[in-house]
Amino acid sequence: MTSPTALPFKTDLSLELAGLRLRNPVMVASGTFGYGPEYADVVDLNRLGAIVVKGISLEPWTGNRTPRLHEVTGGLLNAIGLQNPGAEGFIATYLPFLRKYDVPVVVNIWGRAVEDYVRVAERLSSEPGIHALEVNISCPNIKEGGISFGTRVDLASQVIGAVRKVTRLPLIIKLSPNVSDIRPFARAAADEGADAISLINSFPAMAIDIETRRPVLANVTGGLSGAAIHPIAVKLVYEAAQAVSIPIIAMGGIRSAQEAVEFLIAGASAVAVGTATFADPQACLRVIEGLEAYLVRHRIASVRELIRTVRL
Amino acid sequence: MIQLETAVIRRHLPMGADYRLLEMETPRISDAVRPGQFIHLLVPQSAGLTLRRPFSVFRSESGRLSVLYKLVGVGTAAMQALREGDSVSLMGPLGNGFPAAAAGAFPVLVAGGYGVAPLYFLAQRLASKGRLFVGAATSADLLCLDDFRELGWPVTIATQDGSVGVAGLVTAALDAWLAAEGKGRSLEFFACGPNGMLKAVGGRAIDRGDKGWLSLDRHMGCGAGACLACVQKVRKSGAETWARVCKDGPIFEARDVVWDEPGLGENKP
Ligand SMILES: Cc1cc2nc3c(=O)[nH]c(=O)nc-3n(C[C@H](O)[C@H](O)[C@H](O)COP(=O)(O)OP(=O)(O)OC[C@H]3O[C@@H](n4cnc5c(N)ncnc54)[C@H](O)[C@@H]3O)c2cc1C
Ligand SMILES: Cc1cc2nc3c(=O)[nH]c(=O)nc-3n(C[C@H](O)[C@H](O)[C@H](O)COP(=O)(O)O)c2cc1C
Ligand code: FES
Repeated sequence: MTSPTALPFKTDLSLELAGLRLRNPVMVASGTFGYGPEYADVVDLNRLGAIVVKGISLEPWTGNRTPRLHEVTGGLLNAIGLQNPGAEGFIATYLPFLRKYDVPVVVNIWGRAVEDYVRVAERLSSEPGIHALEVNISCPNIKEGGISFGTRVDLASQVIGAVRKVTRLPLIIKLSPNVSDIRPFARAAADEGADAISLINSFPAMAIDIETRRPVLANVTGGLSGAAIHPIAVKLVYEAAQAVSIPIIAMGGIRSAQEAVEFLIAGASAVAVGTATFADPQACLRVIEGLEAYLVRHRIASVRELIRTVRL
Repeated sequence: MIQLETAVIRRHLPMGADYRLLEMETPRISDAVRPGQFIHLLVPQSAGLTLRRPFSVFRSESGRLSVLYKLVGVGTAAMQALREGDSVSLMGPLGNGFPAAAAGAFPVLVAGGYGVAPLYFLAQRLASKGRLFVGAATSADLLCLDDFRELGWPVTIATQDGSVGVAGLVTAALDAWLAAEGKGRSLEFFACGPNGMLKAVGGRAIDRGDKGWLSLDRHMGCGAGACLACVQKVRKSGAETWARVCKDGPIFEARDVVWDEPGLGENKP
């Protein structure tokens, strides 16, 4: 006879976020997991909370020259320049593949003008198999828009409001970390009708080859991601959580369940694994397993009970 | 199909001062890998690196796979600490690999530095024998030539300092042979080495009307086609576009490679 106390403790990882039903709160971050097929041999996509695909613009975009990526202590610099096949290319090439899976598909979108955002959002909203849009207003690589939308509250509000009008899909706004106060941006997203915010994108940064004295990246500057940015991301998530009640999706340097749990406690409802996937393509799965083990160890019946529980 | 496999180190040997041979037991990847493909190796975590490191497969038989690597930086320095019995995580096989050789064409292999690694694997698997041309800075950078000779392949050497073989670039040695023996023959070129060499060999293939398969080396992130770090400008159905060296390559036909870097990606709306 097994006594009731010996029964394994069951915890529930599922939650609803911005109208999405997630089997767990662990997603893969935009730009680090391709469009789905790239890692499908080694990661069962159906185990993910959601898949967030690489940023899509209305028209195809060639991106920056190479070198586009450079490893630094605690992370990497990237200046891919948002290369993508455009909305039609994505719909024709990748969406049929993604539709075969039972996983929420979040499409990250970007543009260089408000009109670009509106048109790509409109186009994608009419396609079955897309479950939410993540609006990147924070890419540090495109001079013509990304950075200014993400670093000026008035412009951010304009984009978010305009996209909100043309889509009924859950709308996630991806914020830039490159601001002195994240709270007005979080509020602007909530006020304009966004369903969630995600943070953080990579930080503008630079590396120089001391032998040639030339920037290592062809683009001169790039975005810093990985372990080095995690504590900054925790602070920004914590501050954003105090400013708004809409859910937060946190990313920045997650390598194990440790960082994911930290984000949830700080105020995130879900998390995304980015750079860590390059060293360990199964990092997202390890995070899911580690999160479950953490909840069991602490006898927490649902992951929802962990969100926004930082003790001050 | 890409696999993640924990490989056990079986041999780790110095090959001169700057090179190492790493033999690993990795049955699933070893069975599946074809010449020209590569593996993405997770350097021991104590090195604190964010990215894996890509290496061409040098040999693969009976569940064991070897790479031949040059010590160039932090990652390869940390790899030196791997001992027999240790394990490392490998991802692979990655990339397209060399195509099947054209029937009736004489294989001409051209290697620079560690470029001999994938070409040796290719030579092992080719149905017909060809000739290897190998270029190096000095005699210390000449690797595994005896392995080629054991396969019965003639080897022509060029060193920049003239310490062995022809003094100068490998293309000089290649040109001399092409002039003497290449006339009227159908050849097929397979090359791996620095970009300058690849461009030159590709040019010879195009001029002669032969196929030229070039193995490109690009800084990589994911190795799986996801991050778009490793792109190379190529011609595809008449238009210029980016190809991912890790996924669409690393082997490209000489006619498809566009060598002038700027242009694509200038991002002029
Ligand atoms: C498809 C492919 C196959 C390869 N096969 C082999 C092989 O069989 N044997 C072998 O020795 N090496 C091979 N390489 C190169 C090898 O991956 C790099 O030498 C290695 O990653 C360097 O790691 P590191 O940490 O020691 O050097 P780092 O400290 O990362 O870099 C040292 C220096 O090398 C430069 N560098 C790093 N990576 C590359 C690269 N990929 N191309 C050009 N320069 C680079 C850096 O800019 C730096 O100047 C291959 C690369 C590719 C893309
Ligand atoms: C190579 C690369 C490409 C990226 N591309 C995008 C993108 O297209 N859109 C976007 O919103 N974020 C992009 N990001 C940012 C990530 O989604 C993530 O916000 C950031 O890297 C922080 O998480 P991490 O430290 O776990 O990587 C990219 C990051 C990397 C490293
Ligand atoms: S290395 Fe990531 S796409 Fe090639």
